[in-house]
Amino acid sequence: MDVLIEARWLVLSGTIVTLRVFVLSFLFAAILALLLGLLRQSKHALVRGAATCWVEFFRGVSTVVQLFWLYFALPFFGISLSAETAAIIGLGLVHGAYGSEVVRGAMQSIGRDQWEAATALGYSRRQTLFGIIMPQALIAMLPPLGNSLVLLLKGTSIASIITVPELTFQSALVVNRTLAVVPIFICVLLIYYSIAIAATWIVRLLERKLGRWRPQTLNIR
Amino acid sequence: MIPQPFIAFSTVSKRFGARVVLKALDLEIPRGQKLAIVGPSGSGKSTLLRILMTLESVEAGSVRVDDQYLWRGGREQTTKATDATTAAIRRRIGMVFQQFNLFPHMTALQNVSAAPIKVLGKSKDEALAQARNLLARVGLSDKVDAYPAFLSGGQQQRVAIARALAMNPEILLLDEVTSALDPELVGEVLNVIRMLAAKGDLTILMVTHQMGFAREFADRVCFIDSGEVVEDAPPARFFDAPTQRRTQDFLRTIISA
Amino acid sequence: MFDFSFAASIFPQLAVAAITTVFVTIASFLFALVVGIPLLLLRRSRWQIVSQTTTAVVDFIRCTPILVQLYFLYFAMPEFGVRLSPLATGLLVFSVHYGCYMSEVYRAGLEAVPRGQWDACVALSLPRVETYRSIVLPQMIYPIIPAAGNYFVHLFKETPLLASISVVEMMFVSAEIGADRFRYLEPITLCGLLFLIMSIAAAGLIRTAEFFYGRHWRRAW
Repeated sequence: MDVLIEARWLVLSGTIVTLRVFVLSFLFAAILALLLGLLRQSKHALVRGAATCWVEFFRGVSTVVQLFWLYFALPFFGISLSAETAAIIGLGLVHGAYGSEVVRGAMQSIGRDQWEAATALGYSRRQTLFGIIMPQALIAMLPPLGNSLVLLLKGTSIASIITVPELTFQSALVVNRTLAVVPIFICVLLIYYSIAIAATWIVRLLERKLGRWRPQTLNIR
Repeated sequence: MIPQPFIAFSTVSKRFGARVVLKALDLEIPRGQKLAIVGPSGSGKSTLLRILMTLESVEAGSVRVDDQYLWRGGREQTTKATDATTAAIRRRIGMVFQQFNLFPHMTALQNVSAAPIKVLGKSKDEALAQARNLLARVGLSDKVDAYPAFLSGGQQQRVAIARALAMNPEILLLDEVTSALDPELVGEVLNVIRMLAAKGDLTILMVTHQMGFAREFADRVCFIDSGEVVEDAPPARFFDAPTQRRTQDFLRTIISA
Repeated sequence: MFDFSFAASIFPQLAVAAITTVFVTIASFLFALVVGIPLLLLRRSRWQIVSQTTTAVVDFIRCTPILVQLYFLYFAMPEFGVRLSPLATGLLVFSVHYGCYMSEVYRAGLEAVPRGQWDACVALSLPRVETYRSIVLPQMIYPIIPAAGNYFVHLFKETPLLASISVVEMMFVSAEIGADRFRYLEPITLCGLLFLIMSIAAAGLIRTAEFFYGRHWRRAW
């Protein structure tokens, strides 16, 4: 009986850590994605090239290895990160790179004609970018955002491998102690599923609220 | 005894969701007739053809081809024919679409010969020979090995006509076949259709906006608006002395455009 | 800092482990391609209850972390008397998980074929089987290549998760070496670089396949 109560507590604390890692790495990834997406549209070929290299690198690495490296290999350079920090940075770097593709796609989907209209009205390049293109692009990013969020959520479970006490880690612990394998894991899977549904629901709400002027609001999960 | 008309629509009703597209429509077409169907967009003209081609269902009424019922019923309900009957009726009808719908991964020759081989069971040589023949008749002998992506709209539509003819249909449905074409390409397709008009036993139903052509080519013109037949007359009377107000209004907008 | 001679000495071990990684990737992907087909058919079933249940299950599997699913089967199956090797368990989980993704890819590919093609097949009285075989399938393949290829690379990069159920692949071996020699930097960096290089190569192959498929009949898609 005590075992089950302790199990509930571990699962709860695991969920809290998962949510914390999820939100913080999302914020980090979002900032990186916007930054990289903008840099890739830069006038200077060198800046564009460097940003592209960065993105291709982090899109090509395995997230698992990346987290492992940040936690176990970085200390050899004198930098010792806590497991959770390593997870947040690692996930942020990888998903920031993926996100920059979404940002880039959204910006490119705002057709040339917007640029031309702005130039004809006398807007500078910077004014066009931030005043005309970005607002439209931000909304164009919403449909794929739901998908990216679910991917990131699944990524947080990888953090368990570098001993971050998030939900997956705790679930393995609990199963080792109690013998209720099936109910525990089903419960854990349902928790993840609920978070995923909540996240996509919020994105869809944003899409509906902000995207009213768009001719089509895609609702693909 | 009065012979039955070859094709008969009787109190046919069709809805798309909440929108009523056909309202208890009646239309009879004798064998071999060249019928032009005109009307504003959304009036149900294309839907009528699509129903006959077994592409759309019907909520009420009867649709008969020769002695077989595709849909049998009254004003309120209808039942569909068996799969076997539907397939038999379908085989007697051919259709050419506004968007051509050619198979992009096949050459013109393959497009025209594919169905005769797979459906009619013709040998490859026989089907290819017939295909070459048909493509020559529509003026495309030099394009037999071309892929649709490399043909102009007019050329693609002519291949589509040849493809439909390869199945030896008794009824040919032409659904706004020139509406997606650039103006200068329309003529080549109309020429081919003109040639088809000479085939006495081929029944042709043509939905079109080409009034001049309809007048010249059709035996009879039908004006459909808001899901019902408003006017139905031979071309001379239809264009020169329409009896219905709606027909007059419609013709006025077409002519002025 | 980085000990190149040490790195060189452990490279052969990693290369051998890479074979397992590649094998698992290709085998599970092929299974996933197969699994996706019945899932697609079930989702398109005429009976609402079948299609809705399948959609819910597929969604559930796609939205929950593969690591949890891995642990679930690894710990749960012995309870039901099923004893699979870690490798077989890994193959099973990956095949089903990515099979769910593939059913989505197939569905999108199917919907990419224009409605008019189906109409033309009806107008020509082409039987259903022939319609799928010679008209729809060849046209479906083109949009499927990039999506499927993408998932292939993702699968590849997720194989290190199998290390947590003791499958001897690249990550497992490099962690072993690290623990053994008290030096994690070189093995993990090498492991990461190998993943990076192979995934970039794979991405290049996929782009080539995309370029070459149907080149002679496509104009602009």
